[in-house]
Amino acid sequence: MSATTEETSAGPVRRRAPRGTLRRLLSRPLAVVGLAIIGIVTFGAIFAPWLTPYGVDDQMFDGLTLQGAPLPPNGHFLLGTDLLGRDLLTRILFGARTSLIIGIVANGVSLAIGSAVGITAGYFRGWVGTILMRFTDLMMAFPALLLAICLAAVFTPSLWIVAMVIALVNWVQIARVVYTETRSISEREFVDAERSLGAGSMRILTKHILPHLVPIIIVWGTLGISVTVLLEATLSYLGVGVQPPTPSWGNIIFENQTYFQAAPWLVFFPGAAILALALAFNLVGDALRDILDPTQRGILS
Amino acid sequence: MSVSEAISEAGTVMPASQTGEPVLRVDGLTVMVDGEDGSRPVVSDLSFEVRRGETLALAGESGSGKSMTSLAIMGLLPKPAARLAGGRVLLGETDLARLGEAGMRRIRGDRVAMIFQEPMTSLNPVLTIGRQVIEAIQAHEPIGRRQARERAIEALNAVRIPEAESRLSQHPHELSGGMRQRVVIAMALALKPDVLIADEPTTALDVTVQAQILQLLKDLQRDLGTAIILITHDMGVVAETADRVIVLRNGKMVEENAIDVLFAKPREPYTRELLAAVPRMGTSRDRIPDAERRGAAKTLLSAHDLSVRFDLTGGVLGRVNRRVHAVEGISFDIQARETFSLVGESGCGKSTTAKAIAGLVPYEGDLILDGRNIGGLDRAGRKRVRRDIQMIFQDPFASLDSRMTVGDLVREPLDIHDVGKPRERNERVVELFERVGLTADQVRRYPHEFSGGQRQRICIARALALRPKLIVADESVSALDVSVQARVLDLLKELQAEFGIAYLFISHDMAVVETISDRVAVMYLGQIVEMGSCAQIFADPRHPYTRRLIEAVPVPDPNYERAPFIRMTGEIPTPVRKLNDPPERLTLQDVGGGHLVAEEAVRV
Repeated sequence: MSATTEETSAGPVRRRAPRGTLRRLLSRPLAVVGLAIIGIVTFGAIFAPWLTPYGVDDQMFDGLTLQGAPLPPNGHFLLGTDLLGRDLLTRILFGARTSLIIGIVANGVSLAIGSAVGITAGYFRGWVGTILMRFTDLMMAFPALLLAICLAAVFTPSLWIVAMVIALVNWVQIARVVYTETRSISEREFVDAERSLGAGSMRILTKHILPHLVPIIIVWGTLGISVTVLLEATLSYLGVGVQPPTPSWGNIIFENQTYFQAAPWLVFFPGAAILALALAFNLVGDALRDILDPTQRGILS
Repeated sequence: MSVSEAISEAGTVMPASQTGEPVLRVDGLTVMVDGEDGSRPVVSDLSFEVRRGETLALAGESGSGKSMTSLAIMGLLPKPAARLAGGRVLLGETDLARLGEAGMRRIRGDRVAMIFQEPMTSLNPVLTIGRQVIEAIQAHEPIGRRQARERAIEALNAVRIPEAESRLSQHPHELSGGMRQRVVIAMALALKPDVLIADEPTTALDVTVQAQILQLLKDLQRDLGTAIILITHDMGVVAETADRVIVLRNGKMVEENAIDVLFAKPREPYTRELLAAVPRMGTSRDRIPDAERRGAAKTLLSAHDLSVRFDLTGGVLGRVNRRVHAVEGISFDIQARETFSLVGESGCGKSTTAKAIAGLVPYEGDLILDGRNIGGLDRAGRKRVRRDIQMIFQDPFASLDSRMTVGDLVREPLDIHDVGKPRERNERVVELFERVGLTADQVRRYPHEFSGGQRQRICIARALALRPKLIVADESVSALDVSVQARVLDLLKELQAEFGIAYLFISHDMAVVETISDRVAVMYLGQIVEMGSCAQIFADPRHPYTRRLIEAVPVPDPNYERAPFIRMTGEIPTPVRKLNDPPERLTLQDVGGGHLVAEEAVRV
């Protein structure tokens, strides 16, 4: 049952949720958890050198047992040490820098490319749309990993190159989703209504279609962060990602995965870090999507 | 047009209402819905009974709980939001409310069947008609496929579907809306249920089709003795089909009465209001002639030989192989300050004409606004034209961007056309809000916080913002409840008198058209078949199609004697044609006083 309000009066003014996106975000417990995790990771990444007494590449003699095995978590090395006697906590903190940069930059760029291609193709259609979408299909059919390996092999691997490679591989799905959504939105009646008012394409795109795409872009954006962090890990594993000894959460896991049974903490902690960060972005993304949708307002707050 | 048979249905004997024994008794039915501010009742303490062979109408406006009542009887309440909070639904001795899902499944279809509003959505688009009807029968009766098939053909014949046997292999999309609804009725009645619940069974159909379906339901009821619960918002439909009426409002029964009594002497004030708001036919006869009211006429917009065609592609190569002749060479003039209506059934091209004028679809031919041809203008010129021609759409829920506040939405035309300073624009928005009957403190709200009627007022405010000369209103009141509709129509009339706007009013509803129009054009298959003043069209319709449209309108008067009705069983011709096969153009002939009728009809 929809509106039951009487025709003549709209009823008393409903109590409004606090104004401002951030304020509203802070009124949701799950979003606060997400923000807290992102905050902690960011803090750790920025202040890594001051938070730990060890250097990122220090291979310590007392970080290994006499037989040369890594140490489990203990009083000195809070999260244990790796095969070379390096402190795992230190490497995770420094690795957060890589993961955050990849997650945010690579994902941001792929969102930007994907949305631009999807919106243009979905709104203008015609031959522009056909060319853009056929190109997207082509990119989609091309094995992403192979492309990433080729690109990374041509350019000297560095953090930024890896980020760009990931962006160039990842925009395709977003373009596809945004394209479909734009097509369906631009067929809705309110777009016709705008046109009949004399609104130009730019206005319709930026003021009317884009706001409706925000939820889907946010959801893909936050999901994409976990995807990109994992893709970086894969690339690192194949030797074309972030080059050792620079740590990233991905390459810590892949360096140590064969010792999973002997030293589970080496896989568990960086894995947990990836999971927590991805979850945090998803929680914040979900909350943002609800907050930015006026029809959801007041229902969950 | 294949009119295969014409049978006189005048004076059908209605079964005397209180004779049959009660089949279904509803006792103290209460349905609660969980909403954002706790749960609230949508149906409260509703009791009624329906007898064998009787039609009971549950009438009411949106939100009155009529659909929830029917879903509660069927055990189909949308979970988990809605739940049965109390009461009994007695079918014979069984209480359906306590039966549980497994038990209900045996009852549904077999003893209590239901027809929904939209026949397209209640049929499965990927299965053939035959398979669906046969499965419905086999679900309840242990008979073989061959036998079930025979029963299915029998059922399709009973609802007068021509060539029933060959229809079995067709898919739902190959049938017209009326045919689909017949299939749904055939499925519902194939098992000879005791009770048939029809939830707005004809609301999505054209009037002429509606008249056929209602007649069909009546005939089937007479043969089978089924008790029918008819759920509708349309008092005309109630008057034509029901024996008894229950008027609902906000989930409560307002009045229960026999049909003649309710229409002649309604007990409750709400029923009276509801009946008063129903637009009636025959009002144009005693209206002041238009010319006197408007003074000297000046042509505002004239359409010459306007055509809109869409190409359909098909085949492997995606070549154009067919063409939709949506609008085919129509010409008309709209005078300043007048209301010009285009009427016709779905697919006749009336909405496409509106879109062409609003600049939303490309057209051929000429549109001349104030002596200037719109067609040849550059971009800036086209944008200026938009200030003079504004549009109000059918669905106020879909035509407002849900992510903008209503204030911004009304302000938008001013922003687009750069009218005045930002401060002045805000003042103008408030002014417009107050003019259409909303308040200034509502500008910061979002569209979903308003009711349908209020949203349509927002759309009107938006259309008024630029002070246009012409407003194209495409089915603008069709989605509204009658009482709201009446008020919105009044508002439109007031605004016309105040600002001197001309309306191009597009509607399928003959009664509404008669109340609001100065001049009317009737469209059929993309062409105008008759055009003239409101009085000429409604008091003296010359074209057979116009007559059929007028006669098919349900009359909110149970004592009305329906004239012999031509029953059409064939499919309606389509405007989709092969390439290089344009339809024959109709020529209009003046039969006196500017009353234009297609020549074919004059000759007959």
